[in-house]
Amino acid sequence: MTDPILATHNLQKSFGALKATDNVSIDLYPGEIHAIIGPNGAGKSTLIAQICGELKPNAGRIELLGQDVTHTNTLTRAKAGIGRTFQISALAMEDTVLQNVLLGAVGAVGSPWRFLFPVLADKLLYSKANDALKRVGLQGDAARRTSDLSHGQRRQLEVAVALTLEPKAFVMDEPMAGLGAEGSKTLTGFLNGLRDEAPILLVEHDMDAVFALADRISVLVYGQIIETGTVDQIRSSKAVREAYLGSDT
Amino acid sequence: MIRERYLNGLVLVLLLAVPLWALINDQPFTITLATRAAIFALAAVGLNIALGLGGLVSLGHAAFFGIGGYAMGILAYHAQTYTPVMELPFVIEGTKSMPIIWLVAMVTSGTAALLIGLLSLRTTGVYFIMITLAFGQMFYFFSISWIAYGGEDGLSIYIRNDFPGLNTLVPINFFAICFTLLCLVLFINGLVARSPFGLALNAARQAPQRVQTVGLDPQRLKLVAFVLSGVITGLAGALFADLNRFVSPTMFSWQTSGEIMIFVILGGTARLCGPVVGAVVFVMLEHALGGLSEYWHIYLGALLLLVVLFARGGLVGLISGRAVAHD
Ligand SMILES: Nc1ncnc2c1ncn2[C@@H]1O[C@H](COP(=O)(O)OP(=O)(O)OP(=O)(O)O)[C@@H](O)[C@H]1O
Ligand SMILES: [Mg+2]
Repeated sequence: MTDPILATHNLQKSFGALKATDNVSIDLYPGEIHAIIGPNGAGKSTLIAQICGELKPNAGRIELLGQDVTHTNTLTRAKAGIGRTFQISALAMEDTVLQNVLLGAVGAVGSPWRFLFPVLADKLLYSKANDALKRVGLQGDAARRTSDLSHGQRRQLEVAVALTLEPKAFVMDEPMAGLGAEGSKTLTGFLNGLRDEAPILLVEHDMDAVFALADRISVLVYGQIIETGTVDQIRSSKAVREAYLGSDT
Repeated sequence: MIRERYLNGLVLVLLLAVPLWALINDQPFTITLATRAAIFALAAVGLNIALGLGGLVSLGHAAFFGIGGYAMGILAYHAQTYTPVMELPFVIEGTKSMPIIWLVAMVTSGTAALLIGLLSLRTTGVYFIMITLAFGQMFYFFSISWIAYGGEDGLSIYIRNDFPGLNTLVPINFFAICFTLLCLVLFINGLVARSPFGLALNAARQAPQRVQTVGLDPQRLKLVAFVLSGVITGLAGALFADLNRFVSPTMFSWQTSGEIMIFVILGGTARLCGPVVGAVVFVMLEHALGGLSEYWHIYLGALLLLVVLFARGGLVGLISGRAVAHD
């Protein structure tokens, strides 16, 4: 078996008495979509934040491409190849859509220290940014101000920015949230093709999307992974149904 | 966008036309006022890079303005007294040459901005405002206690410094120098705002998390912006000292920091020519109302209040009709 691109080992994080991440070990292999599902407050975003370096775990280890990155910051992990999208859009709202993806391109190329050259005249940056917009279907909105976008379009833009980074692994926190049926279907199709570029760790509430996309699903409840398995295994798991699916669907 | 560009052009043309008119009509004081406005504008253009692009609310920019001023004062003082600035470990002579003075002013204020930035950028919000204010006050009290250079009384320089090929004592010539520097810095500012650095800095202000996740360091971007900002305000300080042929601790006072910030907010934060409009309006009010009442700042305060409440994009935003600068 090949090595995982991304893995956590016995990760722990507490907020006071609350164990938001309780001994979590998950991994992400090349070419796969690994979904993490769980009820509200289960600790999904907290887990993602540790994987991306925004939160320090109390214990445990995080590996990216075989390297221990537990004690590195967000910046280092982004450079090492994590492409992340936020549950709550973190975009430069006053800027245009194009400027937001250009930022990703500047980051990917690692060249923010040019002061006198117009960013729009840089063909490489521009084509990277434009490609990403095209791929998520936002090319027609490039000149719009980000704050004027619909919620769903902002979700698409989040994905577009991650695309410009050409990451080794995507980490997405509820990319479908608020997209609507049509929007999630489009994004589902898109993510389905994306796994060949880099595997996706996908936190998602939209069960249709998860069942359509995931190679493996991990179920997180009260900070613990209660089960990891294929779509069929998870669907037929009694424990999962009791803890989560039963009450939700 | 087109309208704002026209407005920028118009503002600069007016700022140039007034002293030319004054020259023809033999009104040297008006030329001095225009020079004062151009220098204040330059100081505010500096602050606007930190405040407008970087979102860094610095209430300590008087530090850089004053350092620029004292760089001029100290160098020119030693030149006029024929004493070296220092002898050990090596000899540094004073100078009356503006370009050298500017260079020294920019390097020293840039260095100060680097150090102040390194310490204060660890904080945000009110703490950042307070730390920058505190640094400004440190310089203020230090200059008061620096008896060698006049302490509280400041330093007088008898003759304006030299610029190759120009008689700087002629008011319009000195205005031309200040105006040219202002235009040059505005041009550079325009380029920086559109550069990859400007794009990243702009994003670092709005969504630092996002900037980190694309592998860029928002703190470092802000630090560089702060240094750039300090360098420009320092240059303005050197010119201001040369305009008055006098430097004093007042240049370091927190009122000076506040005024520089008022220029920016009045004209329009993050607008290329916002600081210019703000500085021009300030100098006009100061001149028109200052003669009527010692308390003319009341009117300035009222205007500032109106702008903050009803024109978030400042006067430039109000006229060009867009609340937020786009590019
Ligand atoms: N910074 C924090 N300080 C204290 N408690 C926190 C903090 N962040 C999260 N929590 C708590 O940790 C738990 C897990 O939160 P988290 O946001 O990870 O859940 P989630 O699974 O992403 O939920 P959702 O589906 O609503 O996005 C919640 O009970 C939350 O209140
Ligand atoms: Mg969440």
